[in-house]
Amino acid sequence: MTDETAKQTKQTELSERLAVLKKNKAFIVGASILAFWIFSAIFGKLIARYDQDFMDYESINSAPSLKYWFGTDSNGRDVFSRVIVGSRIIMVISFLATLLGAFVGASLGLTAGYLKGKYDMILMRILEAISAIPVIIIALLAVAAIGQSSPIITILIIGFIFTPNVARTVRAAVLGESELEYVAAAKLRTEKTLHILFREVLPNVLPTLIVEFTVRLGYAIFAVATLSFLGAGLEAGSPDWGTQVADTWTLIFTNVWWPTLFPSLAIASVAVSINLISDALLEVFEL
Amino acid sequence: MPKLFRITQRLSQVVLVLFFVTFLVTILVRLLPGDIATTLFPFATENEKIAIRDELGVNSNIFVYYFRWLGNFLTGDLGIYYSAGQSYEEASLTVWAMLSQTIPRTLLIMVYTLGFSLLCSIPLGMLLAYKADTRIDKVISNILFGLSSIPNFAVGLGLAYIIGVKFELLNPIGYITWAEGPAEHIKSVIMPVLSLSLGLIATFTRLLRADIISTLKEDFVTMASSKGLSNRWILWRHVFRPSSLSLLTAAALNMGSLIGGAVIIEVIFAINGVGMFLVTSIALRQYLAIQSTVALIAIAYILFNLIVDAFMPKIDPRIRSHHGA
Repeated sequence: MTDETAKQTKQTELSERLAVLKKNKAFIVGASILAFWIFSAIFGKLIARYDQDFMDYESINSAPSLKYWFGTDSNGRDVFSRVIVGSRIIMVISFLATLLGAFVGASLGLTAGYLKGKYDMILMRILEAISAIPVIIIALLAVAAIGQSSPIITILIIGFIFTPNVARTVRAAVLGESELEYVAAAKLRTEKTLHILFREVLPNVLPTLIVEFTVRLGYAIFAVATLSFLGAGLEAGSPDWGTQVADTWTLIFTNVWWPTLFPSLAIASVAVSINLISDALLEVFEL
Repeated sequence: MPKLFRITQRLSQVVLVLFFVTFLVTILVRLLPGDIATTLFPFATENEKIAIRDELGVNSNIFVYYFRWLGNFLTGDLGIYYSAGQSYEEASLTVWAMLSQTIPRTLLIMVYTLGFSLLCSIPLGMLLAYKADTRIDKVISNILFGLSSIPNFAVGLGLAYIIGVKFELLNPIGYITWAEGPAEHIKSVIMPVLSLSLGLIATFTRLLRADIISTLKEDFVTMASSKGLSNRWILWRHVFRPSSLSLLTAAALNMGSLIGGAVIIEVIFAINGVGMFLVTSIALRQYLAIQSTVALIAIAYILFNLIVDAFMPKIDPRIRSHHGA
């Protein structure tokens, strides 16, 4: 098989799999939910019924009603509008954090799996060390160490924490690839190592990387929300979902459940949609 | 000989990981801002502050600091816990004294959680695999899938509201030790354990189901059934045994998130465990407490994974033969 025909077979294979994916029920459901949240992340202000910071002092902690679909919080703010507008923060932070983790992790995994030897051994031990500390504890420590919390810091921390997982997955995939003929052929052509890694090996481990990306994205949503819940995410009062729960959860002991329930449901629905998508990808790409 | 070599190699790798992890914690702890002496003892005299900095070793460079801490840690001295309101001379509470109170609570909750999750997911996973692709399988699988997508704190808050507030079945706050009353103890851990278990049950059941389905297709199962062995015997002896392996690995890998989850659950249900201790220590800038506690958690995690690794060949005969070759 020449290089050209090999490329063509690969392409038709990919388009066939994408066609299967489009018919996958889990994928359709997941993608629709995610599309809704992406839409409200971009055009949230159009869907919101009130300004997310508008405080109605006449109705503080009022239960869900026709006026306030999801009720109001202890500052008289409309929970529905806050949930819709708050989607932007968590989605952007989770996405960028996962992207960062995937990029650094993939680079480390590619080089470790390809170069092997001492570099691989030491790197893997360092990554093992990082993943031996629970995510939340590293994040809390890092936020305390940096002395402040902001979206960028949250992104850096979560990206850092996800690096080991991505690196390990990519490395395992590369170990399988580096024994293959096309790598040997590229080596014989005396291609540069970087060229072999990013132009030859990377495209072949891409499905693995994409699935790993979606899996991590699901965890990132959890991590961002949990960090905010523990008060180490964004400033109190932000409409971010985790922060909303953090600001209002003690109210459940006085029977005011709505300001906590709806942001929690929103978090769960995004997590469900991403998990559905990654499950569908796993199935279609037979990983 | 090669076996001995493999064991020493693995152990030296573990030692290397332990070094990296404790050093990483040191870096993070040393990055904590603010003058430690002023934070801990705002009213101490300048001389006392110098003595405190000296004792904590924060004036020396990070390597000296690290190895001093490591030396103390290895001899069982986890440092002093400086509580607010005390003067420097009075500070005598050790980190170990604090941990010896908090560790049993967290450990018990984790053991209950793992036990309960396995107890639920093993029969459930086998049932779903046995009924694969029937209606029951689809409904339960989807419910589990949804459950695994709810973050720990949301599950905890939901249970606290429904069980604790709405129906007033249990008191949502506080922890009661076994010694204070076994029945009360069980009652006080029901909600925390349930909150931590739901996600795990979903993960374990899904895993076991997939694993059993693929094991059922293997030749040795066909072989066993053609020998006329009973279905029950095949399911336990030939199918569940190898599948329990991936369950064990999953349990080991989930230890980290379980500990992380425990931090959140302890905050919600006001349980004075390791997680709560760590969160307050970070807030109060308790250098030694943070460092020693995180190191202990990481060591426990690494050793637990090592033990699971070591037990694998005992459970699945297929791994043994591969190693021998």
